[in-house]
Amino acid sequence: MLIYLLRRLGFLGLTVVVTSLLVFLIAQVLPGDVCRVILGREAGEARIAECRADLHLDDPAPVRYLRWLADFARGDWGESYATGFEIRPLVLDRLRMSLMLAGLTFVVAVPLAVALGMLAAVNRGKWLDTVISLGSLAVVGLPEFVTGILLIELVAFRVPWLPASSSLPVGAPFRAALPALVLPALTATLVLLAYIARLTRAGVVEELKQNYVRTAELKGLPRLTVLVKHVLRNALLPTITVVAISAGWLVSGLVVIENVFNYPGLGRLLVFAIDRRDLPALQAIVMLTVVAFALANLAADLLYAALNPRIRVG
Amino acid sequence: MTPDSNPPILELRDLTVSYRTGGRGSDALRGVSLAVERGQTYGLVGESGSGKSTLALAVMRYLGGEGAVARGEIRFDGRDLLALSPADLRRIWGREMALVPQDPFTALNPAMRIGEQLAEGLRLRFGLNPAEARAAALDALRSVRLPDAERAADSYPHQLSGGQQQRVLIALALSGRPKLLVLDEPTTALDVTTEAAVLDLVRDLTRAAGASALYVTHNLGVVAGRTERVAVLYASELVEDAPTADLFRQPLHPYTRGLLDSVPRLGQRKDERRLTGIDGSIPPPGDLPPGCVFEPRCPLAVDRCRAERPALDEPLPGRRVRCHRWPEILSGEVSARRELPPALPSATESGEPLLRLEDVTVRYPLRRTAAETLRREPKKAVRAVSGVSLSLKQGRTLGIVGESGSGKTSLARAIVGLVQRSDGDIHLMEVELPPRLSQRGRALLAQLQMVFQNPEEALNPYLTVGESLSRPLVNLLGVSRAEARQRAGDLLEAVRLPRTYAARLPAQLSGGEKQRVAIARAFAANPALLLADEPVSSLDVSVQANILNLLTDLQREHAAATLFISHDIAVVAYLADEVAVMYLGQLMETGPAAALFEPPYHPYTEALLSAIPAPDPTVRQAAIRLAGELPSAVDVPSGCPFHTRCPRALGAVCETQTPPWQTAPGGKRIFCHIPVEELAAQQLPVVVFGGEGE
Repeated sequence: MLIYLLRRLGFLGLTVVVTSLLVFLIAQVLPGDVCRVILGREAGEARIAECRADLHLDDPAPVRYLRWLADFARGDWGESYATGFEIRPLVLDRLRMSLMLAGLTFVVAVPLAVALGMLAAVNRGKWLDTVISLGSLAVVGLPEFVTGILLIELVAFRVPWLPASSSLPVGAPFRAALPALVLPALTATLVLLAYIARLTRAGVVEELKQNYVRTAELKGLPRLTVLVKHVLRNALLPTITVVAISAGWLVSGLVVIENVFNYPGLGRLLVFAIDRRDLPALQAIVMLTVVAFALANLAADLLYAALNPRIRVG
Repeated sequence: MTPDSNPPILELRDLTVSYRTGGRGSDALRGVSLAVERGQTYGLVGESGSGKSTLALAVMRYLGGEGAVARGEIRFDGRDLLALSPADLRRIWGREMALVPQDPFTALNPAMRIGEQLAEGLRLRFGLNPAEARAAALDALRSVRLPDAERAADSYPHQLSGGQQQRVLIALALSGRPKLLVLDEPTTALDVTTEAAVLDLVRDLTRAAGASALYVTHNLGVVAGRTERVAVLYASELVEDAPTADLFRQPLHPYTRGLLDSVPRLGQRKDERRLTGIDGSIPPPGDLPPGCVFEPRCPLAVDRCRAERPALDEPLPGRRVRCHRWPEILSGEVSARRELPPALPSATESGEPLLRLEDVTVRYPLRRTAAETLRREPKKAVRAVSGVSLSLKQGRTLGIVGESGSGKTSLARAIVGLVQRSDGDIHLMEVELPPRLSQRGRALLAQLQMVFQNPEEALNPYLTVGESLSRPLVNLLGVSRAEARQRAGDLLEAVRLPRTYAARLPAQLSGGEKQRVAIARAFAANPALLLADEPVSSLDVSVQANILNLLTDLQREHAAATLFISHDIAVVAYLADEVAVMYLGQLMETGPAAALFEPPYHPYTEALLSAIPAPDPTVRQAAIRLAGELPSAVDVPSGCPFHTRCPRALGAVCETQTPPWQTAPGGKRIFCHIPVEELAAQQLPVVVFGGEGE
């Protein structure tokens, strides 16, 4: 098991390094001179050269890559071209906001989706299955800005304590932010629900056909024990990977939802950075995203191994 | 009938079970009636599609979503089982009736420790606390003679062998002390020696508990020695029901007769008496003949059989048969027994061997784990075949017998070139065969053809039968396409299939027909040597005999040598001229097939012969059961590989020194430290034949 963990950690490190290379290369191939962006169109050649020397832009690419990576690992993420502020506190604050939204969504969406998928599987072919399957399909077909706006129209304008705009001060504590989190979280939940529920349903349907389920039933165990203790554990194995990818997406990718609700998370910052060609900020956000995805996948691998003794014990 | 004060433990009355698939219903069981008395062991024999597994599940009232009892009654212990609510059923399951399922590898939850899988039921049924349940689970595991119950309880299913898993399932079934045990092909997935041990165990434990048992199986050998009554199912109907000894001595239904003549009796040889088999195949459930279901395949069918469905009559007390012609069969006026001329004896031994193996070794290297690399452990390998030397002459058949893991398939694949041998030489007609398939020329490829175990996978599903048969002709022999088409038709006729089959796709053929096509393809290139790897083990019993006969006849016509690989000793003894016994990648014994049942034997052969499920209740077999599990082929035991399980092991010499090859009377060669004279003095014949039936 220790070997397994070390190997997974090794893969995680490798993933991060490879993607960091890509992130660095993207910044290189983007058109336009950084110093021109910083100093403006009218700056003289001398000032540009000075700026390039300051930023070590004339060094060979591998040297610049290693310097950038080392700085990033040390926590020196540079200054924003657009605002001149230090990037790290800015990005980390936004990350905290994103994590609050992601956490709430995750806690609601995953158990709900698993429960719905299980209900549909157990009632396969009956009306409940049809309702759940059709309902979740209908929801997944809608883009998130549509569900978001619909929720604002249908809910926020009727329920006084649920704000239509989730624009918050960046340092807001969770308890104070909760009302503003409900609608964005609900929107993200609706996106995830269908995927996870359908996967769970497929997993449970597959497991219910297995012979060991018959063995368990013929012990005379109550139906619920058979389903939860025997079936669900095995049925969730294929779902875990998808849940992990969803977790990564929740942390980093709620660009549309954050914009619809004006929520100050990483996604909005990302759009802002792209808009302003703020390369250092962009690189920092993308790197964080990569790390978040890698960590979520590591968690999935470990959970998979914990649930599957064929990996855990040889 | 028994008085109501002591009713049978299980009674089926006119039971009809239907499956609903795609809107259409079809009967998986039709009007089946039988009664299992208390303490009785009852056998239920049928081929695939007979409805036997449906019957096992119907008895448990666990048919799943699509199946339902359409008519009839199931009475269990005096109660109407069909009237019970789901909650009542759960009280009976595991407690009063229990199922031992067919496939041990999938019947246990892969993510739960064995101990808990046993204990959860015990807690529920007997209200035990966790510590008591654990103790009871350990007792249950000890009762099925698992050597280390503690370790087994803490294991996950994948850490146990198939035989151990099946023991766990038996422990599980018996742990609720049920009155009725339903065993659905309980040993089909197991090796012969393991099967014998498991069957003994079930017999002893049910006897000790006074429980009744219903054995569902396709294997006549399993029911012959271990049941008091046998019922035979065919195409969803019960066709015959009789006390076991009577059924085997004087079967009254032509189908039962056909089944018995489809499997070789121990010691039966092809040049003495042929297997006859049953022509045709079982009708699909939706397309049954109007009269007797067996009529299309029956050698005794008359007009009445086509028009009128026979009733289940009682010709003798305690015997039932569903056949119009039983009075004539009973009186001996007619017989369903078919006679075929015995096979011509094989070519006599003369001349140089066609195939010669010298010290052939096959190793599959294993990747080291990171930890092993760090500890600088040497690279490991699976030793599938070690130092096998054999020879085979033209026109003769060499049978290779071994259980799973014996290396017999690897050996065949090394000869054909599908895997590369790691060491040793293979000569075909004095020409050395290159290890790799790609180094062998067309002429060599044509000389060596193979028939595989599973015909479902051996034919390209997108090629018509004709195209499959033309390929070796065009590619290996350089025949023109037009001529290949003509010869493909001839080949089909040679395997007793109509020429029109050339246009069919494999999906339009039955399993037996596919295997015929595979055999036709193997003979297409007129090979000097045919390798047949378990060619009949995936086929139904009644189809097997016809395929074996076909192989025999074609081999004779083509004067080809055959290497016949099988786990079934009775079949090998029937078909082969010489037999080689393999264990853990090495040869243990070689010799003429006719001498196989005569002592002296290698101790492993002795155990193997004693474990054969003989389809004949009059045969007496010594009960030699091997202890322990088959060692891993990665760590093959030193000295004699069999010493860890050998009941006759001498001690240190067997553990450290490679045994010598000794020559025994009758042309046998035995790989053993025990001198042949001593073996001969100690061993009695393992199999004692009883009287011949009818």
